[in-house]
Amino acid sequence: METLYAITVGTLTACSVFLILRGRSFPIVIGITMLSYAVNLFLFSTGRLVINEIPIVGASENTTDPLPQALVLTAIVIGFAMTAYSIILAVRVRGEIGSDEVNDYNYAEQEGQR
Amino acid sequence: MLADHLVILPILVPMLAALLQLLPWGERPQYYRRIIGLVSSSLTLLVAILLLLAVHDEIQVYALGSWQAPFGIVLVADKLSALMVLLTAVLALPVLIYACHGEDNLGSHFQALFQFQVLGIMGAFLTGDLFNLFVFFEILLISSYALLMHGGGKAKLRATLHYVVLNLTGSALFLISLGVLYGITGTLNMADMAEKVAQLRGDEAAIVRAGGLLLFIVFALKAALLPMYFWLPQAYSNTTGTVAALFAIMTKVGIYAIVRVFTMIFGADAGEAALLGYSWLWWLGLFTILLGALGVLGSRDIRLVVAYLVLISVGTMLTTLSLGHSDAISALLFYLVHSTLITGALFLLVDMIAVQRGKTASRIVKGRKMAQHNLLGALFFIAAIAVIGIPPLSGFVSKLFILEAARTGAQVAWLWPIILAATFLMIIALSRAGSRMFWHTLDGKPNDVTHPKWQHGAVALLLLGAVGLTVFAQPMASLTDGVAKQLTAPQHYISTVLRNGGGND
Repeated sequence: METLYAITVGTLTACSVFLILRGRSFPIVIGITMLSYAVNLFLFSTGRLVINEIPIVGASENTTDPLPQALVLTAIVIGFAMTAYSIILAVRVRGEIGSDEVNDYNYAEQEGQR
Repeated sequence: MLADHLVILPILVPMLAALLQLLPWGERPQYYRRIIGLVSSSLTLLVAILLLLAVHDEIQVYALGSWQAPFGIVLVADKLSALMVLLTAVLALPVLIYACHGEDNLGSHFQALFQFQVLGIMGAFLTGDLFNLFVFFEILLISSYALLMHGGGKAKLRATLHYVVLNLTGSALFLISLGVLYGITGTLNMADMAEKVAQLRGDEAAIVRAGGLLLFIVFALKAALLPMYFWLPQAYSNTTGTVAALFAIMTKVGIYAIVRVFTMIFGADAGEAALLGYSWLWWLGLFTILLGALGVLGSRDIRLVVAYLVLISVGTMLTTLSLGHSDAISALLFYLVHSTLITGALFLLVDMIAVQRGKTASRIVKGRKMAQHNLLGALFFIAAIAVIGIPPLSGFVSKLFILEAARTGAQVAWLWPIILAATFLMIIALSRAGSRMFWHTLDGKPNDVTHPKWQHGAVALLLLGAVGLTVFAQPMASLTDGVAKQLTAPQHYISTVLRNGGGND
């Protein structure tokens, strides 16, 4: 199970890094979303992967760690809000600047700015 | 009764104020919101002063919900936290006074966002828990995303997009490093983690070192250290003056986090993970100073010049930190207080200059005379002297402390020439900018845009801080010495948090 889990997290992270390094805002937003999934999965595994156990010490031989689940919940909430925000921002930028290129150097020259 | 809860008040006051400001306030909402904001910022300042007095003798630990320290989240106010909280409050009040004269009308909910931003910064300074630090980082980032766009416009939008994407990626890295550290040590409380990390050996220590360096990258991104600084000049120079002035404390949040984590968890006593990242700090800091100085020299826009000045200060502080001993940390903190106040003042001042110059705005070119030419010129002169570090103002004193902190031959051989060369380049750039804008003006009628005296007052208040730092350099230095002593001997902090945590009921 650990191997499968590690491969999943690794693949998600690798794909998200590839997407974040693209030059257009849409793939970047997708990449950030994917990265937050990978991070959530990773955080979840930091309490060690345990199946079918309760989070109470002494109730059974093996216990699961409740703290990473709380952390993941917090991370999901924050990540969700930030994804929504970055999508809105990307749409605004696309609308106002007329291009979804993140580093459009021509733009600065056209506008005559520094 | 209220004295028991003093530690959490710097977080609660701005939060309640922001919530109140979000209510619909009828016909003239901005009037009431301004009053709430100003009252809240004054209260925060008062609370921060009380907190600094309270932590003079002992470290204050506040267990949220009375959950015991390693298990629950604690707020810890030691001298460093209290100093940073006070600095934030001292910066926030003049900036808010400045903003209340029109700039808060450029977009909606400026006032509430301002208070949320202060809340996040205060929380980051006060928390004693790494995951809680992440949460407060997110709070201050979310409000900074909105504040950075305040006023709108294409350039701001683009800078904000870069800033948001970078910081979202940074947050993901932060979570990964927290996961690594938690996976090995099984705790998120900073004091507890410091104890656990010191006992690690072999493979586990290696993994913790990797997690610690990831954490270092995240904090370096917030602080704008060399490879991660490219977002800063664009973001700071495109946003409005008040927001940039408030952001003068934002890079310091990153520096605070580096100082806190890398003196306590990965400090000298951390066993195999001891002094993690210090050799990186030294070189990266030095190159940040150099590149910042070149940026100052090469900028054709006065806002960009100030943004690069922030970069030089970041480099200077982190290089000083890497020296490691208590005098260096004391010098760093003195410089931190000085540079926060001065960059805040400069951003506000440059904003006024840009508005009064009209069409040429903040570009360093020949332009029309300003309406309040002499007043602005005098303020700029004082601010420039302070930020460059020529005698007699606080920049000189703090640079002297930093130069003194270099002990060995190699340290002196690198630090002195680079800091002095950067100072020299700053003199050239700022005197060129000043003479272009204030002396080489076009003949004819000056512009007729003026600023109310409260806005000049706000800048003068911040500059007065620099004067105060010079006049009261001795008490201030003994205060930062106390902070540095506490930081270089973290055992006291650790034992206070772990043994007495939860004793607030």
